[in-house]
Amino acid sequence: MSGSNTLWDFLPFLLMGIPVTIEVTVLAMAVTLPVAVILALGRGSRLAVLRWPAGFVIELFRGSSSLVQLFWAFYVLPFFGINLPALVAGVLVLGLNEGSYFSEVVRAGLNAVPAGQREAALTLGFSPGYRFFRIILPQALPVMIPPFGNALVTMLKFTSLVSLVTIQDLSFRADLVATSLSQSASVFGIIIVIYYALALLLGFGAKLLERGVNRRAGRATPALAGDPHSSVPAWALGGER
Amino acid sequence: MSSFHWDWAFAWSIVPALLTGAKITVFATLLGSLLSFVLGLIWTLLRLKRITAITPAVEVFVSFVRGTPLLVQLYFVFYVFPKWGLSMPALVTGIVGLGIYYSATASEIYRAGIEEVAAGQWEAALVLGLPIRRVWLGIVLPQAIKTVLPVLGNQVVAMFKETSLLSTITVIELLAEATSIGSIEFRYVEPLTMAGFFYFIISYTAARGIRRLETEHHVVHG
Repeated sequence: MSGSNTLWDFLPFLLMGIPVTIEVTVLAMAVTLPVAVILALGRGSRLAVLRWPAGFVIELFRGSSSLVQLFWAFYVLPFFGINLPALVAGVLVLGLNEGSYFSEVVRAGLNAVPAGQREAALTLGFSPGYRFFRIILPQALPVMIPPFGNALVTMLKFTSLVSLVTIQDLSFRADLVATSLSQSASVFGIIIVIYYALALLLGFGAKLLERGVNRRAGRATPALAGDPHSSVPAWALGGER
Repeated sequence: MSSFHWDWAFAWSIVPALLTGAKITVFATLLGSLLSFVLGLIWTLLRLKRITAITPAVEVFVSFVRGTPLLVQLYFVFYVFPKWGLSMPALVTGIVGLGIYYSATASEIYRAGIEEVAAGQWEAALVLGLPIRRVWLGIVLPQAIKTVLPVLGNQVVAMFKETSLLSTITVIELLAEATSIGSIEFRYVEPLTMAGFFYFIISYTAARGIRRLETEHHVVHG
């Protein structure tokens, strides 16, 4: 322990990082979803003017390092006269990055809807917006929910990067407190457990959502916990032949 | 703002420094991947074997590593390990951090590959009365690893991009070189753009190559 400050004094400051981390996660996911849908529609479009830019954005964000993208938005964009507040830059980069990955999921989901549904909606004379939001998307959703749960947890972990552009999330506060106290083990120990607890919580929430959506769609509901059946025979693991 | 222009002379002048950083980036990726492949296989086998106390501990460890940010794990290895008497140079710390983080993912990948091995393979091995070691090393693991090779390849690409996080624990890799040039010269445009371009070229090419291998593989095996 150094000086008069103890970990106990810093605990409230550390914990105040939780709402910030959650805020960034939620905002970035709010960017991810529309970005993913737009990119998926663009990528699947018959028009090259839509397909090419969508492909370009996807490859650009998936191809380069997310931390470089974040630093680019933070340090380079001002040279172009674009001064984004750190939170906006962080949320946009995280959202565009994850959105580029998630667009593949959306595309797979949209492709899973039988073509007959599209044709029927077209024949019935529904507007394009109605066709997409009321007929196609609701049927594509159940397929997207399990990967969505994974994306949520990925995003939670991903948000730690915004600490490097001055946003005072959990990681930022941990780094700050650890360098001012000599108890880095406890500080990082606490933070890492908080992250894990949040990840478990998000994972559990996603499972509940999956069950809800599947029940509405009339599909089998997955178990909330449990061991998936393994195809490895017991004898190969040292059991009886 | 009109002060922006791309300075080619400056861009050329920083190429050697960036390449020095890029070498560290590639080195960390290769060693980190190797470590993650080995550790991941160990986790997978320990998880399959169901040894009391060890298997559940490995399960929790893998889940924990997968559920927490790489950045925080790197901080932990960098700041806390030395207090436990494990002092390592920053680059080694970074490689260990990357290796541990990705070993959890690799473990999931191996497991999926092992589950993919057809039931007939197990049955044939049983009928032939092969020793268990040979069943694993000669039959199951080669097939399992072959199936998941593209996925492991994608993991290497992912790690390559995430080595940039090592800059936060004082490893002078590509991004650290770029930001340090930026802060000294007060010009971030060229170094950060060139660093981003380097990451893009390498990972895009690699990802393309893996995708091609994957489709060829599928064509061959129908």
